[in-house]
Amino acid sequence: MSNIEQNNQTYMDMVRRKRLYGGIMLAVFVALMLAGFRTADARNAGSFIDGWHRFFDFPAEVLGEAAGKLAEFPAHFAQYAPSLLETINIAAASTLLGALGAVILSLLATRGMARWPRLIPVFRRALDIMRAMPEIVIALVLIFILGGGPVPAMIAIAFHTVGALGKLFSEVNENASLKPVEGLSSVGASWAQRMVLGVIPQVAPNYLSYALLRFEINIRASAILGFVGAGGIGYELKNAMTWGKGQYDEAAAIFLMLFVTIVVVDQLSSALRDRLTHGKKSNMIGAQA
Amino acid sequence: MSTATLTPAATTARLIRDTDALFARKRVVALAVPALILAYFAYIFIAFDIAGLRDRASLDNAMTLVNDSYSYKTHVARDNRSGEVSISIEGERKGAYPDGMSPDWVTLGDDTVITLPKGHEVLFLADGSVRYDIPGYGLVTATPGRSGVNAVLPDGDVPNWINASKNRLAIKTEAGRLTITRNRTEVFRYTMGWELFFFTLDSPYHGLGPVALAQRAANGEAGAIWSDFWNNRMWQHHQVAWAIFETILMAFLGTFGAAIVALPLALLAARNFAPFVWVRMVTRRVFDFFRGVDALIWTIVLARAFGPGPLTGALAILITDTGSFGKMFSETLENVDGKQIEGIRSTGAKPLQTYRFGVLPQITPIFLSQVLYYLESNTRSATIIGAITGGGIGLLLTQAMITQKDWEEVAYYITLIILMVMLMDWFSGWLRKRLIGGQDAH
Repeated sequence: MSNIEQNNQTYMDMVRRKRLYGGIMLAVFVALMLAGFRTADARNAGSFIDGWHRFFDFPAEVLGEAAGKLAEFPAHFAQYAPSLLETINIAAASTLLGALGAVILSLLATRGMARWPRLIPVFRRALDIMRAMPEIVIALVLIFILGGGPVPAMIAIAFHTVGALGKLFSEVNENASLKPVEGLSSVGASWAQRMVLGVIPQVAPNYLSYALLRFEINIRASAILGFVGAGGIGYELKNAMTWGKGQYDEAAAIFLMLFVTIVVVDQLSSALRDRLTHGKKSNMIGAQA
Repeated sequence: MSTATLTPAATTARLIRDTDALFARKRVVALAVPALILAYFAYIFIAFDIAGLRDRASLDNAMTLVNDSYSYKTHVARDNRSGEVSISIEGERKGAYPDGMSPDWVTLGDDTVITLPKGHEVLFLADGSVRYDIPGYGLVTATPGRSGVNAVLPDGDVPNWINASKNRLAIKTEAGRLTITRNRTEVFRYTMGWELFFFTLDSPYHGLGPVALAQRAANGEAGAIWSDFWNNRMWQHHQVAWAIFETILMAFLGTFGAAIVALPLALLAARNFAPFVWVRMVTRRVFDFFRGVDALIWTIVLARAFGPGPLTGALAILITDTGSFGKMFSETLENVDGKQIEGIRSTGAKPLQTYRFGVLPQITPIFLSQVLYYLESNTRSATIIGAITGGGIGLLLTQAMITQKDWEEVAYYITLIILMVMLMDWFSGWLRKRLIGGQDAH
């Protein structure tokens, strides 16, 4: 009897302590958020209280102007279509380049598959650094050297993509079976042959799915990099914005094109990724039947 | 099923046929995929005009950038009219040596003697003329004045590293650089490292070693030492620290603010929690809209309302990620295990208690891990948004880039950014392990 009471007592104590810790953590978190918003507000050019009612002014202005010039929109779309294509091309090319780099580096950084097992930590750190590098850093440096245009953006995004995908790919690699690799090495296959024939077929659907997700992210990145001078629709948007009042119909057209592109790519890629995972399942069932 | 009715031979024949077809298809795919990728790169090569890149690229810029990022130059200049000699680092006012003070390779006096590496020596003579003794070439003298620089070079052809005209003489050697015009004589000496990183020249602590500094700090000068370092005018450690803090603040506020806003909205968008179908549809479209209007556009719109600064960046991240979190959270909510909820309900729990004990423990670890994953990626986004909207380390980076000469600062900021992102990556991973690991144990 006393034993049960004692147990109850300890349990209730533990619950109380847990609640106390939870409460303290919550209080600290709320305090941090509030203090953070106040600091950010104080260091901002305009404060939240003064600005929030102006939040819709700019969109209203742009939309108002755009509504008056709807007839010119098809012409704007045609005018900016090449820039949009460039933005998409930057994203696609950098995703492809980045994925190719990530495949190689991730294989070199995975235990059991690495060409030089001793260098695994080196390749891992390299991937970490590439992943930590924001695209804008490389883009700005390359714009200085190579001049404006799509190439700096492509290289910058590809560099970051190698790191980001490399980490995900190496996680996929770790779950792949090593038996095909052993089989291939027993018949004298080279490292490249072992990887291409033994590993890639196992992991290709997962690779593809991650690469598609990355493509969605890279479309946004390439639009942003355009804004700092690396070509594509972002560059046109920046120009359209500087013309100011009376010219916002072009900015509105670009906003719309960018929005539709992002949504369409998101939807397409998510549908494709869905089919990749489900398609794989049905194949496996088919193979067993 | 149909194979069962066939003879074994027919089955084998069919298997062989199928296998052959499969292999043929695989062979086509194995060739077609690389061919398609190659074709696409060929198209990109033309579309991005990569062949023309060589004309556009500036190797000089690249060289300046690389050299500047790990070395600095000290200017020793003489005003040829007043005869006044001034020494400064990078030619900047904030890096100027006080009067009468000079680095140990410059001897001030009637004649100024500048010793460059590898036996090179430049003399600013009291009569206004300049002598540069170049080992392996000879003596160059010049007497700048009203009539020009009056340069006298050794006999023979003028090498391509000397650029001499009536009004200008420029000599660029491995040891340094000498430029003479009618009004000004200037010598550059290059040195490895980041200049004045700890203390500027006007600080009494400049040039002291760590041991001497520690001794002084122990004698009660720690505050002064720290203040001289913290307010270093050349590197502005104080401002850089604030900028890093602002960037992390943007990421923190944006990420957790978005999580707080998205949580109740996600309930409205989840099939098993939403009260009406149309509420669910509307909420989902709102999420799609927030995500689809990218952070770039939100930044532009917000900067119009609030001006540049960290609040604008934080709100841009907050709005975009509300869309992302809302979508992810609602998908997680749709996948909760109904059995736990049923079990809690069977004990007679009220609806609120059902949520607290049946739903919350299931979703908290997943939500937390999603949010913490975003915290790291948003640190990077905050750097980029800062560059556009004017806040944090992103702004400092773009400002240093625009001057096109402070490449050592650019290198410093890039290093800091990488360290910051890696630190946030480590921190979010650590927090995830702590919070969710603890959750699993219970």
